[in-house]
Amino acid sequence: MAEQENMTLIVFSGDLDKALAAFNLANSGASMGMKVDMFFTFWGLSVIEKGGLEKGKKSPMQYMMGLMNRGGADRRKLSKMNMGGMGTHTMKGLMKRFHMLSLADSIALAKEQGVRFLACTTSMAIMGLEEKDFIDAVDEYVGAATYLSLATEAKVNLFI
Amino acid sequence: MQVDKTLDCIGLYCPMPIVKTAQAINSLEPGQVLEVLADDPGIKSDMPAWAGKTGNEFLGFEEESGEIKVWVRKGGG
Repeated sequence: MAEQENMTLIVFSGDLDKALAAFNLANSGASMGMKVDMFFTFWGLSVIEKGGLEKGKKSPMQYMMGLMNRGGADRRKLSKMNMGGMGTHTMKGLMKRFHMLSLADSIALAKEQGVRFLACTTSMAIMGLEEKDFIDAVDEYVGAATYLSLATEAKVNLFI
Repeated sequence: MQVDKTLDCIGLYCPMPIVKTAQAINSLEPGQVLEVLADDPGIKSDMPAWAGKTGNEFLGFEEESGEIKVWVRKGGG
């Protein structure tokens, strides 16, 4: 067996298409025996949010931001051709027809394959998000130094 | 060639054939051969790449009217 290889992905975007690309790579890497760490930051946090409406510790401004950009894998939209949701709906239909995994299924598969999910605590603070706002699949709540220490040990480091 | 297990990935696209191959190979003994049926042409490049990284042996493929048969021998024997 070849030596253990590592990959890290920074998931910065909360767009459906970009998140799908990130999870396709994570799932492929895990299937190739790689240790994969995904660092979710800024809009990327929405991919692993539960997407509830609790106010929590959010300020009124943060709460409004959260309402305008509801979290949750199933609420992600295409970065292009969303067309008020029509484009995203069409893309989801096409993916189903071609037996492709939904974003939520891709997340579940990644977890099953041992991919680690890290959430950026600084972005969480800006958005007023707490640990309880995230899906159980999140392994750790960390900062940039943790990401960088993983990235320096990895041959493949991607920013999506 | 003696095939010990066949995995049907017809209609599945990247990364599923590779994900399913990685799962299926676990149930084989070293030296046994897994046959994968696929119709995503990416498999012709992806399977040797996967095998090279996971210590398994890519044995080749055959293509007939869009259906691709790929063979991999489990390594570690």
